[in-house]
Amino acid sequence: MSTATVDLREAPIESSVNYLNARYGIKSWLLTLDHKRIGLLYLGTITFMFFVGGTAAVLMRLHLIEPQGALFEPETYNKMFSTHGIIMVFFFLVPSIPATLGNFLIPLMIGARDVAFPKLNLMSWYIFVTGCCFAMYGVISGGVDTGWTFYPPYSSAYSQTHVIAFALGIFIAGFSSILTGLNFVVTIHKMRCPGMTWFRLPLFIWSMYATSLIFVLGTPVIAITLALLAAERLLHVGIFDPAVGGDPLLFQHLFWFYSHPAVYIMILPGMGVISELITAFSRKKIFGYTFVAFSSLAIAVISFIVWGHHMFVTGQSIYAGLVFSVLSFVVAIPSAIKVFNWMATLYRGSISYEAPMLYALGFIGLFTIGGLTGLFLASLATDVHLNGTYFVVAHFHYIMVGGAVMAYLGGIHFWWPKITGRLYPDYWARIAAAIVFIGFNLTFFPQFMLGYLGMPRRYAMYPSEFQVLNVMSSAGASILGIGYLIPLVYLIWSMRYGPVASANPWKAKGLEWTTASPPPTENFAEIPVVNEDAYNYPVAEPRHYPDAPGVARV
Amino acid sequence: MSEMAAHTPHSHPPGFAHQFETIEQQREAGTLGMWVFLVTEILFFGGMFTSYIIYRALHLQSFIEGSHDLFVKFGATNTAVLICSSLTMAMAIRSAQTGKSKRTIIGYLLVTMLLGATFLFLKLRFEWYADWKEGLIPGVSWIPSAAHTPGVKMFMCFYFFMTGLHALHMVVGLGILTVLVIMTARNRFSSQYYQPLEISGLYWHFVDIVWIFLFPLLYLIGGRYPGS
Repeated sequence: MSTATVDLREAPIESSVNYLNARYGIKSWLLTLDHKRIGLLYLGTITFMFFVGGTAAVLMRLHLIEPQGALFEPETYNKMFSTHGIIMVFFFLVPSIPATLGNFLIPLMIGARDVAFPKLNLMSWYIFVTGCCFAMYGVISGGVDTGWTFYPPYSSAYSQTHVIAFALGIFIAGFSSILTGLNFVVTIHKMRCPGMTWFRLPLFIWSMYATSLIFVLGTPVIAITLALLAAERLLHVGIFDPAVGGDPLLFQHLFWFYSHPAVYIMILPGMGVISELITAFSRKKIFGYTFVAFSSLAIAVISFIVWGHHMFVTGQSIYAGLVFSVLSFVVAIPSAIKVFNWMATLYRGSISYEAPMLYALGFIGLFTIGGLTGLFLASLATDVHLNGTYFVVAHFHYIMVGGAVMAYLGGIHFWWPKITGRLYPDYWARIAAAIVFIGFNLTFFPQFMLGYLGMPRRYAMYPSEFQVLNVMSSAGASILGIGYLIPLVYLIWSMRYGPVASANPWKAKGLEWTTASPPPTENFAEIPVVNEDAYNYPVAEPRHYPDAPGVARV
Repeated sequence: MSEMAAHTPHSHPPGFAHQFETIEQQREAGTLGMWVFLVTEILFFGGMFTSYIIYRALHLQSFIEGSHDLFVKFGATNTAVLICSSLTMAMAIRSAQTGKSKRTIIGYLLVTMLLGATFLFLKLRFEWYADWKEGLIPGVSWIPSAAHTPGVKMFMCFYFFMTGLHALHMVVGLGILTVLVIMTARNRFSSQYYQPLEISGLYWHFVDIVWIFLFPLLYLIGGRYPGS
């Protein structure tokens, strides 16, 4: 065990030259190789995509206020939910934390001057923007109505909408994910500063590493699958075409081989952020560091062998179903390990309820609900009843919105002073966190009930006895929308008018807090040397429990 | 950019990027990066190889029939051409490593490019063009033959997707080789620093190996070899 004194030098005095003001002009941004600036480029892009996808969601919920549908033709409604799903999954959630916070923080947290391949990093942003352009072209020219899953033969032979534009958009954006993941893997392997051993890494880095593995291993499969689908649609013949002996179900297998791990692309980075927030705001070392670290890897590995639970009712073999069911239960274990370790970290910590911590606590609750309802869907028998209902919609929104987006917002708030050098208004941030939490639950909890009662997803109309719950859900969506707009306003406001932040406003541990806010272009005046564990917060009281076994080995 | 110079006051070797502390760290990062990229490539082709395996098991007879429509002569020639190009690629790297003249390195690179171009030429002129004339390209030029079961069309889909994707990688490889020739001509490499050559070589060999799998899977199934 290393409890030696810290070698992290005192934070350098606020340097006047930082990465934001080192150079000016649009060209200095569009040609930047600085991982911090590239992170901000991504932040702008995905925020735009988030509000595009969010607008579609709000319109859908408005439509569903009335059983017959208040706004659109059913065809338009189909395009709304497809657009919402595609934009949110592929153009917001997948790149959300990795491409923004990951890009910004990984080199800072491991004590490096940049990622391993800065040009590749910039290239992946351009690739991502190209993918976004294809998707936006699809949106503007009339949308797509296949759902975000693009199942053939509907998508390949029957849909009259812009499938190819969206498929190509996802194909292209996929390469951005692949290159980002590649960059992160190499960066984490090769760019750690002296003394930054694997087991001194912040847990955010472990989760980003696991995420990057999924990027690298999963994304190529969805890329080739969608390319095959686009080719099939274009040429009217292909390997998913039953006319030549093809099987549309093969598409589902290939699709979920990526898209189930992609769920963990969305949640693993969030888990990493939460580990940072929980330790910083309970001023305590994480409980069971090695368990949390390895659970990230376990999730990444097991996530690749559970895809069949999306296909229990497609007629796949019952034995395959049994195996996939068991494996899906297994993947819940590492997730549960994380939740229990966070709880144990909170126990006897000196907890303060800053805005990021509100998001973190919200995450734990919502992720737990989302995770436990996932077990209903992993069980063969209950899945037959719940598959294709609003129960599924509610379940994955608890994970993706209640989990990933809450963590994303918590992380953005936590590192905002580091990113911009300015503090956001704490009062408004807490209000917004509360509004998001309330709005979220009001939107999606009624959907669990609707799904349990049998309301199918993806329909533009519903029987009138479901109206009360649907109106509740729509009301919640409006509140949630306001909850997302408030941070947009005050965060932009704070960039100019917020109080200037010190190097370490939260008094948190971690190399990113030892350099100036905002950091200089090269991150550190000198490459730091680390000789202590992560989260080495001073022990508050004598009855503090010793660390979990395993942390001691360094 | 003043900070950029600040941390490397010492003179740095050519090709040394500012984000690294040592040239050794840069070398390891580059090599690891290429290996990780090749892993993504394996998964990329893997989606198609998996589908191939499944459908071949389901429609073996159609796949054999389809295979008989391919020109095994050109496939075999191209296999030899690609293996030779891998050899010359390795020779180029070895020449750089042992400090041979840049003319030698460029020579080997150009031969590699020539072999790669030969592969593409044979493929385009004598295989795909002939397939097009015979109506064997699904969705583009397809003349139904009474002898063909529907599964043959499926096999030809695989054939064109897989060899097409492989050819695309060859074209990218030729682009990379062009850049390498220019870099060599500009004296960017030495026996201390030749990493772009080395990792591009990894890519070239990978594309070669993909073909080594494609050739038997597409051309040689169903007993096409003599004596069977």
